[in-house]
Amino acid sequence: MTAPGMLAFSGRLLRRQVVLSLRRPVEIANPLLFFAMVVALFPLGLGPAPATLASFAPGLLWIVALLANLLSADTLFRSDFEDGSLEQLLLAPQPLYTSVLSCVLAQWLVSGLLLALLSPLFAVMLNLQPEAIPVLLLSLLLGTAVLSLVGGIGAALTVGLKRGGMLIALLILPFYMPVLIFGSAAVQAVITGVPATPHLAILAAMLCFALALAPLAMAAGLRISIDA
Amino acid sequence: MWSFFHKLGSPPWLYRISGSILRWLLPLTLLGLALGMTWGLFFTAPDFRQGNSYRIIYIHVPAAVVALAGYYVMATAGAVSLIWKMKMADVALRAAAPVGAALTFVALLTGAIWGKPTWGTWWVWDARITSMLILLFLYLGVIALYEAYDNKEAAGKACAVLSLVGTVNIPIIYKSVDWWYSLHQPASIKFTGPSSIDPSMLYPLLLLIISFYALFTCCLLMNMRVGILQREARTKWVRKLVGL
Repeated sequence: MTAPGMLAFSGRLLRRQVVLSLRRPVEIANPLLFFAMVVALFPLGLGPAPATLASFAPGLLWIVALLANLLSADTLFRSDFEDGSLEQLLLAPQPLYTSVLSCVLAQWLVSGLLLALLSPLFAVMLNLQPEAIPVLLLSLLLGTAVLSLVGGIGAALTVGLKRGGMLIALLILPFYMPVLIFGSAAVQAVITGVPATPHLAILAAMLCFALALAPLAMAAGLRISIDA
Repeated sequence: MWSFFHKLGSPPWLYRISGSILRWLLPLTLLGLALGMTWGLFFTAPDFRQGNSYRIIYIHVPAAVVALAGYYVMATAGAVSLIWKMKMADVALRAAAPVGAALTFVALLTGAIWGKPTWGTWWVWDARITSMLILLFLYLGVIALYEAYDNKEAAGKACAVLSLVGTVNIPIIYKSVDWWYSLHQPASIKFTGPSSIDPSMLYPLLLLIISFYALFTCCLLMNMRVGILQREARTKWVRKLVGL
C-alpha cells in the first residue's frame, strides 16, 4: 500500500477533523453560546439605550468574536495530543505544513465560520446599522481565519503543558490586537460613511501572510511540544 | 570565525569571556550614563516651548530605542537556538526578555510622566504607545511561556518560536508614528537627512543611547551568567567555581 499524496492526505485529515467535531455538537455550540451570552451582557452593563449600543456595536461584536475564538483555540490539538494521533501526524511522510493547515481549516469551519454567519443576528440585537452588516460579516470571515491561524501557534506551543489554558490567552492576545483594530475599523468605516475596502484589504493581506507563515510556526511548535 | 562561533556554545568559555567583558564594559557604561545624564539634565538649554520637562527624553528615547532593539536580540537568539540548536542561545533569549520588558516599561512610564504636563493626559491610545504596550506583552508572554515549561530545553525552543513570530510586530512599532500620525511625534533623529533636533541637545542624547545599549549588554551578560550557572549547576566546573 502506498501512502496517500499530500493533497489527498490533507483532504482526508480535514474530513476526519470535521467529523470528529460534528460528533460533539455541544462543543461546537459552546463558543457560539458564549458569544450570545456576552453580547447580552453589554445592554445590561452599558444600559439598553439603542444609540449607545449602536455606537459601540462594531467594537463589541469584534471583541466578543475574538474572545469566543480564544476559547476554542486551546482545543485545536488537545484531544489529538492526548490520544496520540498528533504523534502519528508528526511521523507521517506528508508535510506537517499542510496537515496543520487542514486542522486549522477544520476548526475554523466549525468555529469562526459559524460565528461570522451568526453575527448579523447579534448585530441587529445591538442595533448596528443595517448597511454595516455585510461588512461585519466579511470582516469576521477574513478576521476569524487569521485568529484561528494565530491561535493555532499558541495551541501548538502550549499543547504539552498541563495548565495551558490561561497561558495561551497571554501568548496570542498581542497578535490578535492588529486583527481587532482593522476588523472593527472596517465596520466603523461604513458607519462614518468612508469606504471599508482598505481595512478589508489589510485583513485579507494579514490572512495571506498568516496562511503562509503560521503553519511553519505551528509545525515547529508541535515538534517542540511532542519532544518535551 | 567559525571557531569563535563554536566556542560560543561552550558554557565555561562563555562564562569566563563574559566576565572579562563585564570587567571593563560595566564601569564604562556607568561612566557613560553618568556623563550623559549630567550633560543632558544640567548643561543643555531648556526647550523654548516645553521648558525643562523635555529633558525626560534623555531617559525616554534611549529606553524606547533599546527596548525595540532588545527584541531583535531576543529573536536572533531564538533563531540561533532553532537553527544551530545552541543551548547558550536559549540562555541569551531568557536573559534578554526581562531586560527588554523593563526597558519597555521605563519607556512607557517616562512617556506617561512627560505626557501629563505636556499633552494634559497620562495615557492616550495612540498607535506608538499602544504598540509599545503590545511589545511589553510580547516580552511578558515569552517569560510566562518559559516559566510554564518544566523541561527547560523545550522551554527555550518554544520561546524561540514565539519570539520569532513576534518579530512581525516590530516593524509596525517602528513605523507606527509615520503610518498613523496622531499624538506621538515622528522620529526626530534621522540617519538620512537633517535631524529636527538641535545638535546641543542631540549629542548628550546620542551618548545616552549608546550608554543604554551598553547597559542592555551588561544586564544581558549578567543575566546570562546567572542562567549559565543555574543550567550547569551539576557540572564539575561550576562546582569547582563555587568551591564545592
